[in-house]
Amino acid sequence: MATRDTDWDGVRLHVVTGKGGTGKTTVAGALALALAADGRRVLLMEVEGRQGIAQLFDVPPLPYAERRIAVGPGSGNRQGGDVFALVADPESALIEYLEMFYSLRHAGAALSRLGVMDFATTIAPGLRDVLLTGKAAEAVRRKESGRGRHYDAVVMDAPPTGRIGRFLNVTTEVSDLARVGPIRGHADTVQKVMRSPETVVHFVTVLEEMPVQETLDGIAELRELGTIRPGAIIVNMTRPLALPHDQLRAAAAGDLDQAQLALGLKAAGLDDSQTLAAGLAAELTEQARTALAQADQEQRLDTTGQPRYQLPWISGGIDLAGLYRLASALREQKAA
Amino acid sequence: MTGSQPPPLDVDRLISDRRTRVIVCCGSGGVGKTTIAAAIGLRAAERGRHVVVLTVDPARRLAQSMGLSSLDNTPRLVHGISTSGDAESAGSLHAMMLDMKRTFDEIVEAHADPDRAAQILANPFYQSLSSSFAGTQEYMAMEKLGQLRRAEEWDLIVVDTPPSRSALDFLDAPQRLGRFLDGKLLRLLTAPAKVGGRAYLRVLNAGFGVVTGMLTKILGTQVLRDVQTFVSALDTMFGGFRERADYTYQLLRAPGTSFLVVAAPEDDALREASYFVERLDTERMPLAGLVLNRVQRVPAAHLSPARSLAAAEVLQGSPADASSGMPDSLADGPARQLTIAALRLHADRMEQAAAQHRVSSGFTAAHPYVPVAEIPAQPEDVHDLDGLRLIGEAFAGEQPPAA
Repeated sequence: MATRDTDWDGVRLHVVTGKGGTGKTTVAGALALALAADGRRVLLMEVEGRQGIAQLFDVPPLPYAERRIAVGPGSGNRQGGDVFALVADPESALIEYLEMFYSLRHAGAALSRLGVMDFATTIAPGLRDVLLTGKAAEAVRRKESGRGRHYDAVVMDAPPTGRIGRFLNVTTEVSDLARVGPIRGHADTVQKVMRSPETVVHFVTVLEEMPVQETLDGIAELRELGTIRPGAIIVNMTRPLALPHDQLRAAAAGDLDQAQLALGLKAAGLDDSQTLAAGLAAELTEQARTALAQADQEQRLDTTGQPRYQLPWISGGIDLAGLYRLASALREQKAA
Repeated sequence: MTGSQPPPLDVDRLISDRRTRVIVCCGSGGVGKTTIAAAIGLRAAERGRHVVVLTVDPARRLAQSMGLSSLDNTPRLVHGISTSGDAESAGSLHAMMLDMKRTFDEIVEAHADPDRAAQILANPFYQSLSSSFAGTQEYMAMEKLGQLRRAEEWDLIVVDTPPSRSALDFLDAPQRLGRFLDGKLLRLLTAPAKVGGRAYLRVLNAGFGVVTGMLTKILGTQVLRDVQTFVSALDTMFGGFRERADYTYQLLRAPGTSFLVVAAPEDDALREASYFVERLDTERMPLAGLVLNRVQRVPAAHLSPARSLAAAEVLQGSPADASSGMPDSLADGPARQLTIAALRLHADRMEQAAAQHRVSSGFTAAHPYVPVAEIPAQPEDVHDLDGLRLIGEAFAGEQPPAA
């Protein structure tokens, strides 16, 4: 059904990770919107229980249920598709799971009241992760008669980069859990989905030292595991400075020709061009230093060889319009 | 300028006051807490205090600049601080990186005899608890703070809290973990062997089979056995966990402790900061103020973004247009391009500054009495003492308010 080539044709599970403060949830939301273009159905999933999706899409807090929250951008005569959202928490996933395998709905609820579910997911962090990734795997595999897969794509707003390897690497996670039985079987299914070519992990970063370092570490970690594919690096909040290289260097060094700048300002009809030139030169110097530092960080990212997308910085914070802008930027770059 | 100005936060006064013994830097992840904590530590040391900075997850180059090449859980002397005056009044700076597993291991070793300690350390459940449990990092940061305080080797401890998404985790996680370790369910797992006559246990025992049956189904027998072994080995230390967490919690309330909430001027970070400020108030913990990090400064603030963009458009327009009065030398030259870039950048920065001002005014409207110190956005990552010093200078009382 693909009407245009993207870099991720055939991928159904997009796991989005990133260091805190890089805009991971925003990018996951924008990617879900972008994937929902042209009548496709997408699930955006949140696993850290902080209602980031609800805030992003400006809807009331979301329950543990799949709710339609937005319509993807249409194009030409095609309607935009639907974005559904799900806030998955381990306790609800565990109860659902017990119900599925043991028909234990009421017992599950009772144990939940006693704190047993919470306890179980606390003493076995691996269990918690398997339940959450399991929910994503289930959504990816779900079939619908006459349509094939229920969702064309699932986007998961995953834990931060520092925890991503552990979170996704279900095998080691549950190796110390039950060795037989339904959890084991469940884990094996999850593992199959995570390792399949249908799954990739995208890294959101900004061009600063720490987030870039975590991105490099995260990609290296996945490569070492050798089973889960790293996807794209999505550089968020970029603000390109349109200056030729020599001017950029001069600006960064504080060697800008202020007389020229003053001349330009005067030509543009601005008063007091001398003072203004000094102020603007100071601003340019700062921004040029940032741009050079960012160029260094981009070079570090080059070493990974992963595809890279740039998302613009949006002034005044992200609202729905901003989110659609990011979604179309992702589509233009063939991320979706 | 709209909204009222918050009172200025005088960090210099805070760090110069000898009664200040602990400064806790809180805030959500990604706001530059570690850098702020290090800058405060350095500034205090250069003003004569004997400081130790406890960091949790510093950037590699920043850590290296402070002489921390590895996570070794020991305070290291930072070289290169400048001290004025005589040796008597000279300060010093130590820094350390928290190793949560080692800190946990040390508690076990301190509280159990060698055999039992070895047994606990080798237990798979303990290993998971001490390395990957939610809350362990916060618990151990608190524990370390308590240890540093008791050591009495420093007269000021600056704590950088773990990078969690919620600043509240630092306050809640240790007690949550303490409660868990001390909790009924955990003890219940070891109960069958010694049920005895305690009434509540007898009652619980009726449902006990169901509970363990279910847990076995979910977790498998091995996990439960590991937990049981761990719990019985730890029995003598029980209560100890909660007590320790409680002790440190009290320390946070003691005179001499001050909280600084660090935030970037963005919605999410300031929302977290708000929660935290309200929580400190409820807990009667002393808030010194808000450090607003990465504030956009705009030197040419008198030129509005609209005029700036309009001027850029004039230049962008046909260079051959004689009526614009553009000198020939400018027509297609680099100066024109430079000026356009400068004007666009300026408009962009003005908008960002306005957006930042909007969100920070929102914070001040809700918390008018919380003093605020603004730290200008740095063009590059800070990774040496000079960079930290520069940030520290922004704490000097005489900083002008942002335009």
